[in-house]
Amino acid sequence: MISDPRPLSPHLQVYRWQLTSVLSILHRATGVALAIGAILFVSWLGAAADGPDSYATMQAFLGSWIGLVLLFGWSVALFYHLCNGIRHVMWDTGRGLDLKSVYASGWTMLAATAVLTLIAWVAGLSAWSH
Amino acid sequence: MAVTRQMRSPLGRALGLGSAKEGVEHWWRQRTTALLLVPLTLWFVIEVIALAGADRAAMVAWMRNPMSAVLMVLLIVATFYHAALGLQVVIEDYIHGEAAKLVTLGVMRLLCVLFVLRGVLAVLKLAFAG
Repeated sequence: MISDPRPLSPHLQVYRWQLTSVLSILHRATGVALAIGAILFVSWLGAAADGPDSYATMQAFLGSWIGLVLLFGWSVALFYHLCNGIRHVMWDTGRGLDLKSVYASGWTMLAATAVLTLIAWVAGLSAWSH
Repeated sequence: MAVTRQMRSPLGRALGLGSAKEGVEHWWRQRTTALLLVPLTLWFVIEVIALAGADRAAMVAWMRNPMSAVLMVLLIVATFYHAALGLQVVIEDYIHGEAAKLVTLGVMRLLCVLFVLRGVLAVLKLAFAG
């Protein structure tokens, strides 16, 4: 790191939390989490290709409580990044950039994330139990 | 400002410096991979939910379907390309030393290539050799 003696402007901690900034940093956080999750995704494919033993080990890990917690976190991050990504693309076309629309699409996106996660887990757990 | 005689034009001196480099290209690639990932991700989630708790034979049968294998390869490549573009910006934002930044970027990109190869080879093995 380069140490720079120039004065710094007030940093994040002086500002009140707002939906806009929180959703923005969460987009980056979920993106980084998904990049790490993609390693798990490739490991799962690799385990399937390596043979029945490694696939059974991987499936047992994914079915354990720590595996399920990771999968749940991965699914929340995925649906969040997907829904908020669509919001970003909408902004890129110049639409919905006024403050009222930004808040409305923010809450809508959060609700969509919750609904998609719920649907995925209800469907996944019912398929798993059969 | 003192007038200095220079052989190079102002445009020639500015080209390649500052922000006028590959930002637009990066922006487009991030958006095109994002749009590609919307249907691919939804396809993957639906297929994987149907596969929850299934044995390896079901997984092999899935990857033996040519369309599934092609979509899976596309998903792997688009995921890690999009991840590399996103992680690049995170690294550029938070790592300020020029050498550390270049090394981190290089390692990150190398890892992305390795995970793509691991994933694609796994899909090909499942598709052709079971």
